[in-house]
Amino acid sequence: MGVISNPALKQGAPLPPGPEQDLVLQNVGEELAERGFVLARMDQLTGWAQSGSLWPMTFGLACCAVEMMHAACSRYDMDRFGMVFRPSPRQSDVMIVAGTLTNKMAPALRKVYDQMPEPRWVISMGSCANGGGYYHYSYSVVRGCDRVVPVDIYVPGCPPTAEALIYGILQLQKKIKRTAKFRR
Amino acid sequence: MNQALLDLGDYIVTTLGEAVTGSELINDELVIWAKSDTLLKVIKFLRDNQNCQFRQLVELTAVDYPSREDRFELVYCLLSLTHNQRIKVKFSTSDETPVESVTGLFSSAIWYEREAWDMYGIFFANHPDLRRMLTDYGFEGHPLRKDFPLTGYVEVRYDETQKRVVYEPVKLTQEFRNFDFSSPWEGIVNLPGDEKAEQENEEGAA
Repeated sequence: MGVISNPALKQGAPLPPGPEQDLVLQNVGEELAERGFVLARMDQLTGWAQSGSLWPMTFGLACCAVEMMHAACSRYDMDRFGMVFRPSPRQSDVMIVAGTLTNKMAPALRKVYDQMPEPRWVISMGSCANGGGYYHYSYSVVRGCDRVVPVDIYVPGCPPTAEALIYGILQLQKKIKRTAKFRR
Repeated sequence: MNQALLDLGDYIVTTLGEAVTGSELINDELVIWAKSDTLLKVIKFLRDNQNCQFRQLVELTAVDYPSREDRFELVYCLLSLTHNQRIKVKFSTSDETPVESVTGLFSSAIWYEREAWDMYGIFFANHPDLRRMLTDYGFEGHPLRKDFPLTGYVEVRYDETQKRVVYEPVKLTQEFRNFDFSSPWEGIVNLPGDEKAEQENEEGAA
């Protein structure tokens, strides 16, 4: 009772705009009007909430950080995805490793990552963070930040454009919605 | 401008006499060749003399020539705002003999000399705080020496069992490849595929 029975919803896949989506929305509206509440699956609801309020940890290391700033500024405006930069690991969900990770910086990066509360995600931004990039053979650069922290999304580019970073963030949101579950 | 620099070089060489071994104009820039033991005297003269007044040490760096007996060449770049002139002081030194620090004359030299120590292993005597500056904590070797391997000796990764970042000897999945930069197209008269166009032309003519 009160549960919307739609075959597409059961698979947990997002519904594209169209007559099907309209039907679901109409059903939800009717439910609300008749009973004053709707039922939904909790894990999907948390996934939706988590992906809609990602607070990234600012970890700008090089020129990629400038593109990250562009993504946050008024033209691309990450705020509209609920993303607000937190210069503190303890209040952030996602870390954007933007730039060259050096050997000297690696322990600091790991320390900051360890301070982030679960659930947490990592976006590796740019060639240097992905695999060392231009500095792959350098004596002082980590050959990919996935040697130090587990990475969810790799954004290619040198540096990636602000659009590319936004695209990576959208992919991460999809991933969160797909994999959201409770830890018991 | 060049004449002014030449005159300045002559003036410095004649005034300092034995302390310098000469001066020359390289790419319109004046270079004074000094000696390791008279360095302080030369720099102090350049800073304090009325006709020089090189009050700013803009840069201090080194060059490594492994084939030479004294492998390093130290370069001191000075600027005189009063006379709108720049000057370089150069001299050779080995990796064993300490060089007298100029931190007493220019405080900007503190970091420059730390960097030269870090990158080349040149020891500066009487430096107040000669530590490594740029490289990793506990780094071994001097990376800008020509005999330092490009990829170094250690690399880092996070160890899940020890719960910390650990150092390990470098293991490359693919060795560094040194590409030559001559154009791959030079020396090729016929590009691949072009012979077809020629055949078609012949057929068309026939």
